[in-house]
Amino acid sequence: MSELVIPQLSLVALVGASGSGKSTFARKHFRATEVISSDRCRGLVSDDENDQSATGDAFDVLHYIAGKRLHNGKLTVVDATNVQREGRAGLVRLAREHDVLPVAIVLDLPESVCAERNEARADRDFGVHVIRRQRNDLRRSLRFLEKEGFRRVHVLRSVEEIEAATIRREPLVNDRRGETGPFDIIGDVHGCRLELTELLTRLGYHVEGDFASHPAGRRAVFVGDLVDRGPDTPGVLRLVMNMVAAGTALCVAGNHENKLVRALRGRNVQVTHGLAESLAQLADQSDDFRKQAEQFCYDLVSHYVLDGGKLVVAHAGLPERYQGRASGRVRSFALYGETTGETDEYGLPVRYPWANDYRGSATVVYGHTPVPSAEWVNNTICLDTGCVFGGSLTALRYPERELVSVAAQQVWYEPVRPLAPEAPVRPPEELDVTDVLGKRTVQTSSHGRLTVRAENAAAAIEVMSRFAIEPAKLLYLPPTMAPVATSKRPEVLEHPEEAFAGYLHDGVDRVVCEEKHMGSRAVVLVSRDGGAVHTRTGRSFFDEELTGRLLERIRSAAGKAALWSSLDSGWLLLDCELLPWNAKAGALIREQYAAVGAAASGALPAAVDVLREASGRGVDVSELLARTESRSVNAAAYRAAYERYCWPTEGLNGMRIAPFQLLASEGATYHDRPHSWHLSVAEQLSAADPELFATTANLTVDTTDPESVRSGVRWWEELTGAGGEGMVVKPLANLTRGRRGLVQPGLKVRGREYLRIIYGPDYTEPGNIDRLRQRGLAAKRSLAAREYALGIEGLERLARGEPLWRVHECVFAVLALESEPVDPRL
Amino acid sequence: MLLTLTTTMPQATDLGFLLHKHPDKAQTFTVSAGAAHVFYPRATDAECTAALLLEIDPIALVRGDRGQGLFQYVNDRPYTANSMLAVAIGAVFRTAMNGRCDLKPELPGRELPLRVHLPVVPARGGADLVRRLFEPLGWTVDAVPVEESRYVDLTLTGSLRLADALNHLYVLLPVLDDGKHYWVARDEIDKLLRAGEGWLAGHPERELISRRYLAHQRGYVRSALERLGEVDEFDPEDVAPVERRESLAELRRGAVLAVLRQVGARRVVDLGCGPGALLRLLVKDPQFEEILGVDVSASTLRTAADRLGDRELRRVTLRQSALTYKDAELAGYDAAVLMEVVEHLDPPRLPALERSVFGAARPRTVVVTTPNVEYNVRYETLAAGAFRHPDHRFEWTRAQFSAWSEAVAAQHGYRVQYLPVGEVDPDLGPPTQMAVFTREEGS
Repeated sequence: MSELVIPQLSLVALVGASGSGKSTFARKHFRATEVISSDRCRGLVSDDENDQSATGDAFDVLHYIAGKRLHNGKLTVVDATNVQREGRAGLVRLAREHDVLPVAIVLDLPESVCAERNEARADRDFGVHVIRRQRNDLRRSLRFLEKEGFRRVHVLRSVEEIEAATIRREPLVNDRRGETGPFDIIGDVHGCRLELTELLTRLGYHVEGDFASHPAGRRAVFVGDLVDRGPDTPGVLRLVMNMVAAGTALCVAGNHENKLVRALRGRNVQVTHGLAESLAQLADQSDDFRKQAEQFCYDLVSHYVLDGGKLVVAHAGLPERYQGRASGRVRSFALYGETTGETDEYGLPVRYPWANDYRGSATVVYGHTPVPSAEWVNNTICLDTGCVFGGSLTALRYPERELVSVAAQQVWYEPVRPLAPEAPVRPPEELDVTDVLGKRTVQTSSHGRLTVRAENAAAAIEVMSRFAIEPAKLLYLPPTMAPVATSKRPEVLEHPEEAFAGYLHDGVDRVVCEEKHMGSRAVVLVSRDGGAVHTRTGRSFFDEELTGRLLERIRSAAGKAALWSSLDSGWLLLDCELLPWNAKAGALIREQYAAVGAAASGALPAAVDVLREASGRGVDVSELLARTESRSVNAAAYRAAYERYCWPTEGLNGMRIAPFQLLASEGATYHDRPHSWHLSVAEQLSAADPELFATTANLTVDTTDPESVRSGVRWWEELTGAGGEGMVVKPLANLTRGRRGLVQPGLKVRGREYLRIIYGPDYTEPGNIDRLRQRGLAAKRSLAAREYALGIEGLERLARGEPLWRVHECVFAVLALESEPVDPRL
Repeated sequence: MLLTLTTTMPQATDLGFLLHKHPDKAQTFTVSAGAAHVFYPRATDAECTAALLLEIDPIALVRGDRGQGLFQYVNDRPYTANSMLAVAIGAVFRTAMNGRCDLKPELPGRELPLRVHLPVVPARGGADLVRRLFEPLGWTVDAVPVEESRYVDLTLTGSLRLADALNHLYVLLPVLDDGKHYWVARDEIDKLLRAGEGWLAGHPERELISRRYLAHQRGYVRSALERLGEVDEFDPEDVAPVERRESLAELRRGAVLAVLRQVGARRVVDLGCGPGALLRLLVKDPQFEEILGVDVSASTLRTAADRLGDRELRRVTLRQSALTYKDAELAGYDAAVLMEVVEHLDPPRLPALERSVFGAARPRTVVVTTPNVEYNVRYETLAAGAFRHPDHRFEWTRAQFSAWSEAVAAQHGYRVQYLPVGEVDPDLGPPTQMAVFTREEGS
């Protein structure tokens, strides 16, 4: 019985004449979806699996499917005769394009067996000569398969051998996803043994002689370039080799190890860039050690994929498409990186700044290019801080993501060029159109993966780029909020009872009722010397001058309230309501709401007059008259409703801001602080500048206590009875999870009169309100939860100091979701 | 919405025969928008008034009609005399409109003293347009504005045949509203001609009447964009053209084309291509082998594709992208055109555009055109200090434009030259200014 070992991710070509049992073999050893058969593809394009004239099209399809599978990292088996070199060459090329290993499994059965099997099949009517030709082709090919590029070739020569064969899938050498750390990843050492010992000690390792281990079982991961330039390459090698052998360290290959191996093996290499030092130092070592060192360096793997795929270590870094793959191209990138083809003023190649374009989910840690200090770029970090050039030796603690470094004891090797970032660093505010366009998914901490559909992104990009403020200042867009479940009471659509009952049902006992200010939602970003005040779609409320004056007032209030110092931050991000309504919506009110009011007040009294006249002469119009009179009253109530929220403003005079949540400050988010804390921040601001800052009336309700619930209802009745818009009910604790995931972050309960502005003057008529009660809330609630989660995700990324595109991705997604079709009255 | 129709002819109650509605009864008819009630508040031999009261169901009005933003729910339609009232007139008074009265066949042909009152008429164009529409037809017009709105309280008096009066209202109420209230199918043309028989052909405003009456078709495809409620705050058709648009726009395209030919560009990208006016010119010239049109608006690109035709689209690629983002697909072209684009960006976002065009895409040639604000005083219809288009975020003087251009050129390794577009005023310069950026060798 023979065991055929194949790499877990590979392109397996079955090779054998017709009738050699390839399909049966494939069925036995591979999943149906892993096998692409040329017969099947022939059938797909021509309805006839044996139609040889369809072969060209069939292989196009086969290659296309195989390409997609390999792109997605799936093992793929090609069930075709593959007896001709040209056909196999296409597969080898395909494997290389996707940086996976091509494998051949040859079923080399006697002609008689193949012919007999074919005869038994009604659909195979070709003669023995075809099989003979295929076998001849196969025979001729056999010894060239490895040369053609197949990395493993398994040949099975008899029915019995085929029967007995088993297949074992072997992980790639770079696949260490099962190892979860914790790790201490160490930058380019270059023979600096003293500093390495010091760094390991600082990291908590016990270093004894040429061995080190960590009492808590942490493991060191070296990014390569242990050798050359420095004073003690053998010392470094001995320590690392011992650690790797004992399993207390991992090490990937660097370009210097690669070259050292070639030099030790007597290849003709240029003895430059510090290779001379290594060779001289190694010359003093024993033959035995030299051999071990050579083998160690030769065996080093190009990169490791660790911690379930979340961490990749490669000497020169690695783009996402190469991670966990194996090919010459992958190894070359991992060891040398990519160059732009240009050289700099020192004659050194200019390296392509691949990290600037990196959008992968795995953290990539690498070295290779000396930088003044290790800095995160798009979830990647370079740890080569130039120890051998007199810089420092740096380690990254993973998963803690803490940097630890020790300074070089001296300049061990003069650098050709000064330590400085080579490529121009991408401006932090630069965004790529691929960061937002197309169908996208955003991973959120509170609500899982959220999808943005391509057409919503397409709509949002226009608004974002034409109307929104610059992304560097647009850190948050407020989520939409769902209304409370529709009330069953005959006279209202919304009532607080449903809010309290809903939260009780979700297991939330303490809720806060906040007065809903009828104005415009505003997000305020204020820093010591700038900021922005923008709408829910990212547009600036005011021109530069007025924005500046408003920010100055807010800044000074924040100073008086000592927020800068108490929050230890140079900027604040506040979620607010800006009053009055007409400050932003002036044109809308004039052209829409006021116009309807004027039209209704013009038309309805006139209609009432003529109806009364007709009634006076004995025509029976009583029902119509009563209806029209009632509508006339509704129209007046409607006018009163919207006029209440408008008052004249002149510059800042008359303008008010009601903050209700502190969203973020430097390095911090606040969605885990109770709303009472947020309201107290608002009160501090209001105390500092009562003219500008309005406070938000509020009441805490215990949903488990009927008396408390009753008082909440009364509070709402008083609020809306006095003309208030209504209230928002939120879990007091702020971000809350229930049995079924994220609990609605807030529910609005709008007043009966206010809703005339939304549903029209006559919505309260019994016939109307009952029909309106059938409104569906599911889409709105889902949208509210998703937008809320995206908002928080963006703020968390901001607090972690992630690059702008990562924050913008969330902000943009909120805007894109806003273009989903949802009843705007909700 | 309410219409009253009064006559003071002798035997005024004969109005009932003409309208085929009995003066002592209140009748209700179901029409598509709701219920139409006809009753007579007054019916004496000296004076008879018929009232048509249309009750619209505001909830049914919007059902199944999602996606037009919040505004449809709070709506003037139930109160104003618009196309729905016209439809109701057509349904309830059809026989009278056709001039038939079997019981009193002499009445329809007679001119009667009539007074029509409509308390709230939406009048796009104001009281002035109301007069221009009704006075040539023999009406005396009394149009009083309702508060500070675009409505008028309208009373028409005159001596007309009743059928004519009803047909006038049937056609002109929707025209005044310029409304978007119902779907206009092809048979509306027939309806217009039938109702306008005998008076429309000789009406001095017949063009405006026909255009408005039939022009309701556009815009039925509402994009998701409008739900965002931000884009369509202005209606481009409300904007009076301040420049002699066609001529200057043509000159501008001609100038851009000349530059592209002169620099020998083969692969051209039109950044902010809009509906594709320049693309259609480029595609005619075989020098331009590969043409890319880029715009931020997906719907504008659909328009551009529609106007380009299939054969042209083989050489033109259209791509949605935003210049405030870096886009690798914009690289590799010989020339890029930014024609009347930069002034649509808020100044703080210009650096992002500069980076993506001059820094990342880096074509050999970049052509930028933008208005010359100094020239604006020559536009008589343009208020002082106003921009030529409501979406312009700024308009630059020649000095401002060259300061910006020089800074961009210096930062990104380009040379820049300026060319005038349009008639050059000796003091004010040209109406459009154009800068041609050429990438420096070796940079």
